[in-house]
Amino acid sequence: MGVLTFIAKRIALYFAVLFIGLSITFALPRFMPVNPIDGYIGELQSRASATIAPEGLAELRKSLEELYGLQGSVFEQYLAYMKRVVIDFDFGPSYTYFPHPVSSMLAEALPWTMGLLMTATVIAWCLGNTVGLVAGYFYKKRAASILEFVGILLYPIPYYILAISVLMIFAYIFPIFPLSATFPVGDMTWAKVGTILYNSLLPGLALVLAGFGWNILSMKALAIATSEEPYVTFARLKGTTHRTRMLRYVFRNALLPQVTALALSLGVIFNGALLTEIIFSYPGIGLIMRQAASGGDYNVLYGAITVSIIAVATAGLLIDLAYPLLDPRIRHK
Amino acid sequence: MAEIGETAPSLPAPAVRTSSRRKETILWLLTPRLIIGLTILLVMGGGSMILPVFAPVDPSFQGSYTRNLPPSFDHLLGTTALGQDIFWYLVYSIRNSLILGIVVAIGVTVIATTVGLSAGFVGGNFERFVMLIVDTIITIPLLPVLIILGALIRGNTSFLAVGFIIILFGWAWDARTVRSMALSLREREFINMARFSGANTPQIILREVFPYVSAYILVGFINVILFAINTEAALAVIGLSKVEVPTLGSIIFWALNFNALFTGHYAWMIAPIVATVTLFLGLFLTSTGFNAAFATKRGVQ
Repeated sequence: MGVLTFIAKRIALYFAVLFIGLSITFALPRFMPVNPIDGYIGELQSRASATIAPEGLAELRKSLEELYGLQGSVFEQYLAYMKRVVIDFDFGPSYTYFPHPVSSMLAEALPWTMGLLMTATVIAWCLGNTVGLVAGYFYKKRAASILEFVGILLYPIPYYILAISVLMIFAYIFPIFPLSATFPVGDMTWAKVGTILYNSLLPGLALVLAGFGWNILSMKALAIATSEEPYVTFARLKGTTHRTRMLRYVFRNALLPQVTALALSLGVIFNGALLTEIIFSYPGIGLIMRQAASGGDYNVLYGAITVSIIAVATAGLLIDLAYPLLDPRIRHK
Repeated sequence: MAEIGETAPSLPAPAVRTSSRRKETILWLLTPRLIIGLTILLVMGGGSMILPVFAPVDPSFQGSYTRNLPPSFDHLLGTTALGQDIFWYLVYSIRNSLILGIVVAIGVTVIATTVGLSAGFVGGNFERFVMLIVDTIITIPLLPVLIILGALIRGNTSFLAVGFIIILFGWAWDARTVRSMALSLREREFINMARFSGANTPQIILREVFPYVSAYILVGFINVILFAINTEAALAVIGLSKVEVPTLGSIIFWALNFNALFTGHYAWMIAPIVATVTLFLGLFLTSTGFNAAFATKRGVQ
């Protein structure tokens, strides 16, 4: 019963978060002092050195408003937007790659983003937690403070610095990896898969380093606190080995807050992934957004942010739904 | 007799406590970690605020000097491909980034403290609604939002507008933490005492709770400075902030744009990286140092 209530509450929260998130995305550009259509028409006018007739302009404005869903009152626009996004999953055509639909562009890019992001996050989480657990459990040993030092040094470094440094060291000073990587598209062959994996190593490394530091510090603090609990002392007096105590007593209990923290920090991790893609020219959502931002391709931008919100919210939901598997207290409530 | 025997040993205890506290008035704060952090912050913060007075020209103007000069006595770190002195550009960058960080930190701290404390103390449906908004804002990834707004306003805005957008989406994390502190405080005795004495909720929050959470707010404040500088710089590095203003991000944007490494311009690229890492290490050590010191003082650890 406890599990069912938990799941129902969590799914309700998921839909509420999605609804508010999509409403904010709808409202944001409408609160901005600038109008993308004015900008676009102005750009066209200056390119045609103001030779477009006023009737032509009015028609252009009308069709652009239709294209961007800016017709009617704000409430009508809102309903139309929600219907398009939620029911049809349609963001209209891309303006730069007209008439290529935005949804198919995003569908091509999403597997790249998710593949890199999930692999890097899982590796960073596992590695960071292992190092943090060892450092926290043996916190009285000197080696533990060296491990913590690695975390302290890594964690505060801003992500873009990490990414650029990794690029500088491994592509410029030691040219092991290409500076601007290429990612072949189309049908997959083994050779292509090899190239993709090889070229993904560097962006992956940057992401792993970024997540690593925080996981070490957080896990170490949790492991120290947990290893001083009476039940761990009792286990020691019972004669259990270090290994058993570390894994089955300390780790099992320190794991739960780390899972919650992972679910909460997904948004931040996603930001890092977008930056990675832009800095390493990796063909995911981030790169698409960067190109759309310089081209004024608003349909692509709104599509990308909607997909981002859905992706982050869904990943958070999945992690939270896995929580009862890890925490027996919820199951037996 | 038994009662006297029990109270007698407890009498000297407060005396010992006060004397030990008086002896180390400020010393309890100064852990090695905090000393290193504060030193870095004082040198970099003070330097970047005072030095611009002596700057020969505003480094954001292009073409003040010969382009691509190597480091020399006149130009400590050389000049850029746009004819700017890299040393002065860096000093201005650190100053602007710090100012942005502090402005955002003030905004975020005010909003987060108000929202977090009121949610924690008012409770009920108000709390549920506020937490729903907070959870939503935490879920929305900030960078895509900033990219969209950056594309919409396209440099037609001041540098501080970027800061306001960061405030708008950055307060939720802190509000969450303040609320959880408020929840644990709500059940304490001294809060009930104040309530029974006739204080209303705003009075309790202001007089009883605020002093309690102020130590945390200081730590949170420093963390927000870190977050804000990082966010603006990340946006600038990919060219979507106001890159004409020298910040720790825009200096790297220009260096990348002019392929500083390939033209042998190492100082242009490495100096901002070293400065950023040092500044962030300073901020981080200060915030964790304060945190540890306050925790020890409160007797948590």
